[in-house]
Parts: sequence; C-alpha cells; structure tokens
Amino acid sequence: MAVRVQLWDFDQGAEIDALSKGNGDVGAVVSFTGLVRDHYEGAPIDGLELEHYPGMTEAALAEIEADARARWPLAGVTIIHRYGPLRPSDRIVLVVCASRHRQAAFEAASFIMDFLKTRAPFWKKEMTADGGHWVEARESDEVARLRWMQP
Amino acid sequence: MRVLYFAWLRERIGTNAEEFDLPPEVTTAQMLVDWLRARGPRYEAAFANLTGIRVAVDQRHASLSAPLAGVREVAFFPPVTGG
Repeated sequence: MAVRVQLWDFDQGAEIDALSKGNGDVGAVVSFTGLVRDHYEGAPIDGLELEHYPGMTEAALAEIEADARARWPLAGVTIIHRYGPLRPSDRIVLVVCASRHRQAAFEAASFIMDFLKTRAPFWKKEMTADGGHWVEARESDEVARLRWMQP
Repeated sequence: MRVLYFAWLRERIGTNAEEFDLPPEVTTAQMLVDWLRARGPRYEAAFANLTGIRVAVDQRHASLSAPLAGVREVAFFPPVTGG
C-alpha cells in the first residue's frame, strides 16, 4: 500500500517484487509504467516539465487507490508518480496491483490509470528548442474514466 | 484564504500563491474568480475562458459553485495531464 510522489526515478523491478514477496497468497501481479515519448503532437521534444500540487497529489492518488481497493480484492497496490524535469524515455509513473487471481489485478491497474489521468493534479509542459508548450488534456481520457461509472 | 495557481494560469498571473482577506460577499469559487478578474489584466487573461479551468477547494476537486465558508485553500488550474 504505497503512494509516492517524487522527483527521482524508481526501480520498477524492485517495486513489482515487493508486492509479492512474503505473501504466498498473491498469484497475480500486474504493472503499468508510463514513459516520456520523444514526440508530442507530431513534433520532437527535448523533454517534459511535470508540475504538481503538493498535498493534493498524494491525497488524490491515495483516494484513487482506496477506490480500487473497495472495488477489487487486492493484496497490494503501489502508485509512484514523478514530477520535475524528465527526458525522453524516462519513467513517469508506475502502477502495480497484486491479487490472488489476475482479473482483479488487470482491472484495478486499468482503473487506477484512468482515474489518475483525469484526477491527479499534475500538468505536463513539453520542452522544445523554441520554448515550452502545455500539454492539453484529452477527452479520450475523460471517456475512459467514465466507463467505470456505469451502475 | 490561500489561492493557488498552476500551469499556464500560474504563468499568466505571475505567481503560484497568494493570501487574501476576502470581502464577505465573495461566498463561492465563481465569485472569487470574478473578484480576481477585477484585480487586473493578468488575472483577466488567466480567467478569460472558464471552460478550460478547474478548481479545488481544500485540496479536493470542486465546481465553481462550491461555497467558500470555512475554506482555507482554493486552487485554480487547467484540466490535469499527469500519468
């Protein structure tokens, strides 16, 4: 049960292992890693600047984790999100879910990412030679979040 | 009351945080926006298009109709783009 918002990189292998070590009831571990691409909206970029709202970011991620745990039987959840200057191919975010069987782990990881993309207070600025441009939110992310809201 | 700005809102206004003693008639987030816009052209530019602006009250997502009674912190920002 870890939610971390941090400047520095994380070791995704170690984080995945940590969710199954010592718990023989875990039969499934699913992970998602978000990476910085080297192009945004068709143009090459030097990197990203990731801004966040200290205090609210941790609270928002903790709330998303609690929602996931309420919906699925999860043995463990880890959410790590970086902020600050990032370069192409850098890791931005890690979501790991552990459960007894795979359906809960797959669905919870997908749910967490759909909510993180639309509710966690981070803002990306793509950095190019001629300055920086704020990335715009995508309607497809909001649509992805809403599909979990069906009764 | 603390008012926070993020991303391009922060850039347009020129600061990321301010403290105000709000007049008693400012009772909702929308009224706070109107009161801020009246402070000058940078605020006017930042809040020109409210469809592109989100608000959090005491670090929880809210709408512009949110009441401000007892609130310590309001934040304005564009739709989030993390992950």
